[in-house]
Amino acid sequence: MSASSTFALVRKDVHSELRTRYALNALIMFVVVAVATILFALRSDQPTSSVLAGLYWVVVFFTAMSGLSRTFVSEEERGTTMTLQLVATPSTVYFAKLIVNTALTFSLTIAVTVLYMTVFSDSFVIQTMSTFLVTVILGSLGFASASTIIAAIVAKANTRATLYPVLSFPILVVLLMTVMSATTKALDGEPFEGALGDFQILAGYILAMTGGSYLLFEYVWKE
Amino acid sequence: MKAVKFGSVILITFVLISGLAIPISSNPQGWLEFPNIPGLEEKARNILYHVPIAWTTVVAFLVGTFYGFRYLKTKNIDDDIKSVSAAGLGFMFCLLATITGAIWAKFNWGSFWNWDPRETSIFVLLLIYGAYFALRSALETEEKRASLSAVYSIIAGITVPFFIFVMPRIMSGLHPGAKGDPDGSGPVVQLKMSPNMLVIFLLGLVGFTLFFIWLFNLRVRLARLEYQRSVQHP
Repeated sequence: MSASSTFALVRKDVHSELRTRYALNALIMFVVVAVATILFALRSDQPTSSVLAGLYWVVVFFTAMSGLSRTFVSEEERGTTMTLQLVATPSTVYFAKLIVNTALTFSLTIAVTVLYMTVFSDSFVIQTMSTFLVTVILGSLGFASASTIIAAIVAKANTRATLYPVLSFPILVVLLMTVMSATTKALDGEPFEGALGDFQILAGYILAMTGGSYLLFEYVWKE
Repeated sequence: MKAVKFGSVILITFVLISGLAIPISSNPQGWLEFPNIPGLEEKARNILYHVPIAWTTVVAFLVGTFYGFRYLKTKNIDDDIKSVSAAGLGFMFCLLATITGAIWAKFNWGSFWNWDPRETSIFVLLLIYGAYFALRSALETEEKRASLSAVYSIIAGITVPFFIFVMPRIMSGLHPGAKGDPDGSGPVVQLKMSPNMLVIFLLGLVGFTLFFIWLFNLRVRLARLEYQRSVQHP
């Protein structure tokens, strides 16, 4: 694995995405639809910060589940898997897809944050910006680290669209609970130190997931 | 295997009968009386059944993950047969542990489900098993099914330490060993049972583990026969 070939693969994915804008447009529409549904359900209620933090990550979770599997499914659909196996080592492919997925999840969280700040202008007020930023960055990394290998598994199966959230959710439960608790702290204005425990769990989770996926990816990719 | 079979039957029968028959008294005399645990009373008997079943669930999960790992190393389809047999049994014990736990929770804590950290963990374990079998049924070729489900069970296994060591410390819960427990939180709950209860409890652990080994052996033999038949007469 080398850094230059990893970034070449990242560039290739970004180029092919920008050419069609398939994933990006669909994801943005998904976020809008999901938030609109939440607004219909809440009507004029003022949700508490823990409810909002939960809803925030629910939208991110389901949007990510509809989009992140594209990274591998598109290779299978276009029939480019074999070419990639020839030109790059499995670990290069894994880290390239991990970077693409992290970037995709991070841009997702930004979109959801902007939308939430406009539609819940009274209740979704980020009081501790540092906590929120670290949560979103670590959360995106964690999401991508767990769901990249699941996406690779799902791309080999028959019922991809339904299978992906089913396989990912049990793996992501730890992450979801932790980011929800950290986001609640950011909305409640707790000092940064209050969320340090959550960040330690997130860091451990990211390391364990990335390490495990890195070691196992070869068995999925060569299948 | 005969010793395992009869051993498990005898031990579980003994634990069932003695666990139900030995009276609980507030001033226990000798070996034929259990002490009264405040807050648990007669419901304390469930510890002799619920905890060994939950323990067997963990054993089954580890055995399944171990054979999945072995399959990735050896690519021997027999290891996959063992892995899926252990997973099937793990799912059954997981359901039993959930049901016995929920009934106990209803009478001790007031409701069937409280999202206590351990209840959350077993719920996630049920989801993992459901996802595992859904994944297997979505894959057609044997080798693909074997290696992808092995990878999934290992990935799921990576999250297990978070449930055992991390979650009970950050979430307050009702089980012993949770955050806020006066006897100290941690994954290893101190066994503070009376000696006669402890003996029956440990015999229960051994009995249910032997029961698992027996069922595991039966299932593996059955799955091997089915596999051979599917190879010979496709």
